[in-house]
Amino acid sequence: MTYSVVSARNLGLTFETGDGLVHALSDVDLDVKKGDFVSFIGPSGCGKTTFLRVIADLERATSGEILVNGMTPEEARKSRSYGYVFQAPALYPWRTIENNIALPLEIMGYSTAERASRIERTLDLVNLSGFGKKYPWQLSGGMQQRASIARALAFDADLLLMDEPFGALDEIVRDHLNEQLLKLWERTQKTICFVTHSIPEAVYLSTKIVVMSPRPGRVTDVITSTLPKERPLDIRETPEFLAIAHRVREGLRAGHSYEE
Amino acid sequence: MSALMRTSLLTSWQGWLSLALSLAALATLPLLDPDAVARFAPMALFAIFALSIAGAVVSFLPLPPLFLAAAIFVFCHLSTSILISGLSGNEGKAATAFFLMIAANWLLAWRCVSLLSEIRTRSRFADGLLGLAIPAIFGAWLLILWEALTRGFGVPFILLPPPSSIGLRIAASLSILWADVQQTIFKAVLAGYILGCSAGFVVAILADRFAFLRAGLMPIGNLMSALPIIGVAPVMVMWFGFDWQSKAAVVTIMTFFPMLVNTVAGLSASGTMERDLMRSYASDYRQTLMKLRLPAAMPFIFNALKINSTLALIGAIVAEFFGTPIVGMGFRISTEIGRMNVDMVWAEIAVAALAGSLFYGVVALAERATTFWHPSNRGG
Repeated sequence: MTYSVVSARNLGLTFETGDGLVHALSDVDLDVKKGDFVSFIGPSGCGKTTFLRVIADLERATSGEILVNGMTPEEARKSRSYGYVFQAPALYPWRTIENNIALPLEIMGYSTAERASRIERTLDLVNLSGFGKKYPWQLSGGMQQRASIARALAFDADLLLMDEPFGALDEIVRDHLNEQLLKLWERTQKTICFVTHSIPEAVYLSTKIVVMSPRPGRVTDVITSTLPKERPLDIRETPEFLAIAHRVREGLRAGHSYEE
Repeated sequence: MSALMRTSLLTSWQGWLSLALSLAALATLPLLDPDAVARFAPMALFAIFALSIAGAVVSFLPLPPLFLAAAIFVFCHLSTSILISGLSGNEGKAATAFFLMIAANWLLAWRCVSLLSEIRTRSRFADGLLGLAIPAIFGAWLLILWEALTRGFGVPFILLPPPSSIGLRIAASLSILWADVQQTIFKAVLAGYILGCSAGFVVAILADRFAFLRAGLMPIGNLMSALPIIGVAPVMVMWFGFDWQSKAAVVTIMTFFPMLVNTVAGLSASGTMERDLMRSYASDYRQTLMKLRLPAAMPFIFNALKINSTLALIGAIVAEFFGTPIVGMGFRISTEIGRMNVDMVWAEIAVAALAGSLFYGVVALAERATTFWHPSNRGG
């Protein structure tokens, strides 16, 4: 039986700004099951990143409730139950790649031997073996982002939160990384929440696509993918893929208001 | 070949100008005023012009730059040394032709430096040597011009002694200078610098940890930086006595604030994403400080260390004007100027400049080793 890794009920979040209240999220109901690959898609300002940050306890919801692994987000963060991949690699330039991966392990108190074996294993997972001694600024943008994924995979968290991790990369590198990410997801059996603004990326990667719309940020559609688990890159030209992509596009259009 | 010849004829404009100055000097001979005591021997006179003109002509030849630079270097400096040695006993008697020849040789040295700066080598060691040679020639010419002008025009010793007599004074008073350096730099400056910098650092960390300290301490730190050193130094002498401790206290006060402000700024230099990352690891305050915020603050901290390295020296020397035992660089300067021993004052200034540069250099080297990752250091 699969249980909910993330479950949100009537979740709302309002920011107080100089111009008054901004409703970043309102009435979000969502369940992410164990082993799911859930994509959040929507235009900017739709609250997709905010929702991810609420799961991560980097923002606090102002109404409703949310459970992560059956705990409050704060408890979940304190028990180190997720790895977070940001829009930028956020690698520390004074640490080598392997020491960057070691960073969470040091903080969480893993032994030296354990650290070494995990660094080796995760570098291999993201195809960066042999680059451990390099400094981040000696690698390309795509390699840096892979290193930051390795860093999020290094410790035992079943949940991986990814906030537009490939947004700054070019199409070819992004395709390649998407393919690798799927393999990685299969090998590690993690639950992944993935924020993106690219329809093909969302459809290609996900088992479940959450379409969101702005002002206030809310969920307009949740699409369960019918694509098989085995997904070569050219699956993106099949009618099935295009049908899902079409539905996502419809969902985005329905929720989009042009008054802004 | 002819094209090469043409380009080197064009590029060495210093050579042409030098040649013109040499000819102008020949036309306005003699080098010294008619009433000069010891005149140039004919051989020396010939050598001065022959060497300088040879240097100018060589600079037109299409030869490897290193070879050219070496040849010009030898020619123009031999000529200059004969010129300046002819000044002994003739201070203030130099005529127009003398200065024209100094200028001609200076232009050749310029050509030599610009040739050296164009050389690209493949070895780091050779690059390092070149990197030293260029500023060395520059500095040497500053001294040569100083020497030639002060002695050539007969500038009164009390206004500006020539570097040669400052050098002689340094050589003759090494033991006094060394005692002064020990008193002022090894005791007052180092003690005050270490105390002031570490106090600034510790207070910055505390102010970062506790908001009420930040609100309370920053204005007081600001006030301390505004204290006039002239007013503080005598008070410190009252508190800590005449010896180096009172100077160290002045240095501590001077170096405290730059370190405090820079560290506080540095601690907020890490990005929000990096801090969110630490938060996602449930990292505690100490871990975030040690693993993220202090490393990110290093460029700022080194900035303060560099500013303070020069401030500390100034502070200690000035503080010694207000009561000190009979040793110390500031003491020496204040007493020797009263006794009109200007060369000793300059000797102390030279030692202070050298010590200050060394101090700064050591801190800068430590900075490059520590913040090699910073974009401003990656290239070199």
